[in-house]
Amino acid sequence: MHHNNNASLVKRELLIRMIRLELEGRLEAGIDRVPYEMTCEPGYQPVRGSVYHDRSILKSRMVARLGFSVEGYVDDGTSLAPLVCAAAERPAPEGPILTVLDEACNACVKSQFLVTDACQGCLARPCLMNCPKKAVRMVDDRALIDKELCVNCGICQNACPFRAIIKIPVPCEEACPVGAISKDEEGKERIDYDKCVFCGACMRECPFGAMMDRSQVLDLLRRRRGGAKLAALYAPAIAGQFRAPLGKLVAALKKAGFDAVYEVARGAEITAEKEAHELVERLERGEPFMTTSCCPAYVEAVKKHVPALAPRVSDTRTPMRYTAELAAAERPDCLRVFIGPCLAKRKEGLDDPLVDYVISAEELGALFVAMGIELGDEAEEAVEAPAGPGGRSFAWSGGVAAAVGARLPAGVPFKPVKVDGLNKEGMKTLRAWADGAHEGNLLEVMACQGGCVAGPSVIANPKVALMQLKKLAEAGGA
Amino acid sequence: MDGEILKVIICSGTACFVMGGSELLLLEDELPAAWRARVAVEAAPCLGSCKDRSCGRAPFAKVGDEGLAGATMPALLALIGRKLGETNGA
Repeated sequence: MHHNNNASLVKRELLIRMIRLELEGRLEAGIDRVPYEMTCEPGYQPVRGSVYHDRSILKSRMVARLGFSVEGYVDDGTSLAPLVCAAAERPAPEGPILTVLDEACNACVKSQFLVTDACQGCLARPCLMNCPKKAVRMVDDRALIDKELCVNCGICQNACPFRAIIKIPVPCEEACPVGAISKDEEGKERIDYDKCVFCGACMRECPFGAMMDRSQVLDLLRRRRGGAKLAALYAPAIAGQFRAPLGKLVAALKKAGFDAVYEVARGAEITAEKEAHELVERLERGEPFMTTSCCPAYVEAVKKHVPALAPRVSDTRTPMRYTAELAAAERPDCLRVFIGPCLAKRKEGLDDPLVDYVISAEELGALFVAMGIELGDEAEEAVEAPAGPGGRSFAWSGGVAAAVGARLPAGVPFKPVKVDGLNKEGMKTLRAWADGAHEGNLLEVMACQGGCVAGPSVIANPKVALMQLKKLAEAGGA
Repeated sequence: MDGEILKVIICSGTACFVMGGSELLLLEDELPAAWRARVAVEAAPCLGSCKDRSCGRAPFAKVGDEGLAGATMPALLALIGRKLGETNGA
């Protein structure tokens, strides 16, 4: 789905309003009014037939912004204030990091082929003639597909000379590269967490915004209110999310309440260095190839779906991990908050004791807006310990392989191949490499097409962000 | 009047970016060829419109002397087209 869409904007507005109330110290008192405030403008056009239904759904959406699962939540008319208190008392964020809002889920019709009005009821009838299941018949001079018999093969669609047959997809199911989403008996979507790789594709693609992540931003604000110190560990892609030089981003992060700021691109340089060594060692041992390991959705996909590839995945830790180690050594007084465009990193953060919280680019943007921080107006700070260009290039597809390649000793044959986007095709490539059909000796895999710069919770257009990031990477020292 | 350049300002402040405004910075790629020589696109720091509720919602842009709230690429192109038409007619 186009990344600029109303479902994303609604989520950001909820975040901004929640954070603003929290900072004003009146979240408990004000939270129930948010759905009204968002729908009371003159000329408001209801999305679901009635403004009351819209408000009820916004209220349920807020439950996920407070960090809770919405499965099992019933809007019984009572206040959200007790949930605010429960969120405040939560000792640590919990999984699963995704949650499905049944009330928002459109219960899209099961993926199906449909004959439209464009059908001419022609003589040739290739749809009827070629259907292997005899599911097409003619009714009132028009083709009709029997849903009971149809197996969704698509032969009729390809055969129709009038292009009268369309496929109605279920966007979340189509987007999921690993078949983790399917309908329950009532037609609502369910995520199978034994299969889910947390890539966030469903969240990005659901036109009703029913696939939601669970925010940790309130946990963070409450810890800060309680006197905790915070270190921001911002992912390479974050540097492209706001139109401001890095020094202003650092200044804005400090103004937003972070006591220390770390560029995760520094950790990325460590990852690249170690992966280069590791690749040489593995090739010397006679291994055919190695794959990168910085994309947590990819690593999860190997674990759950292509275990035969697991021995080839680099043992090097991720940039987030190495940066967390740096921060833990230098600023042990601070809680470590990873800020990135990625959903799977939130899962990685839950599993990594060195990472306390993971917030998204959207949430950081909402925090800035709620606090009235205008990046352009900040005085540019000197960036302490800036990362070099190899580290900063981890944000785009091809950038990791390039950073590893640049660190290889002369004479090592380097044949990088990339999987740019872990869609169904990408999964096929993984299986092919696992089965021995590999073309190179380093496979770089990024679950998001384009790389992290196109992650599921970015705010900037990936093209615009990439231009800014490339300039920044070129300007980087070392 | 021919020869007059229409100035388009895209707000690239934080609130506009958070509400999807970065997209508008790709305007130059979207401009019809015939308009290109007559339009000057500029990215500006925060225009301040987000602080004034009467201005409407972010993201904001300005085409000539006219402000555009809740700006999207199609709305921006439509406004530029109208302005170019007016400029021609004047």
